[in-house]
Amino acid sequence: MNKENRLQLFDGDLPVEEITNAWYDEFRNSNFGAIITFVGVVRDEDGIDGLSFDIYEPILNNWFNSWQEKANKNNAIVLMAHSRGDVLNHTSSYIAAVCSPKRRVALELIDEFVEDFKKSAPIWKYDIIDGKRVYAEERSTKIEGSGILA
Amino acid sequence: MVTIEFLGPINKSPLTLDIKNLSELSILLKDDTEVVNWLENCAVAVNDTLVSSKDIQLNSGDRVCLLPPVCGG
Repeated sequence: MNKENRLQLFDGDLPVEEITNAWYDEFRNSNFGAIITFVGVVRDEDGIDGLSFDIYEPILNNWFNSWQEKANKNNAIVLMAHSRGDVLNHTSSYIAAVCSPKRRVALELIDEFVEDFKKSAPIWKYDIIDGKRVYAEERSTKIEGSGILA
Repeated sequence: MVTIEFLGPINKSPLTLDIKNLSELSILLKDDTEVVNWLENCAVAVNDTLVSSKDIQLNSGDRVCLLPPVCGG
């Protein structure tokens, strides 16, 4: 578990209300004027029953901690929750949040945080089709610096 | 000995190799039919730190991970 429990991983779909309510309760008294939460929901498309995820936690923790340091320099914090394993359509696999004294910092950070997550966090996505996991290769992004062994 | 781990969809058991650097690993993996097609798209971490060059020396006990393209969320 990440220090201070600001990165949380769950088996299966996320208990969204429980997570976001806990964050709000924890941080509403910390004088953050802006708390922005992004909730990712699995869409029903291309005949999938849901998504499934593998996570490599050591590098995810390093990535998240570097974002926490960046946010802290702006007097903000980042929060994140993600699923491991299967997550069915119309449930959530990913929540990101930024708490900041200032609205503009929070709006800009949540955009950068979510976009960098998509291209850098060591998480692998699979479509669940007829009960099988199919790697979502076409929707995946090479991590910066890939290919040095080729 | 150096442990090589293949993350996510590569779906290959770890290897334990007697190698001194990433260049030696590259040569060995290019001969591995299960892995060779992944190399172009994989990032590499040594002891959980991503590296950007194969001019990296390895010591016994080190752990190298191959990370294929990612898609969280």
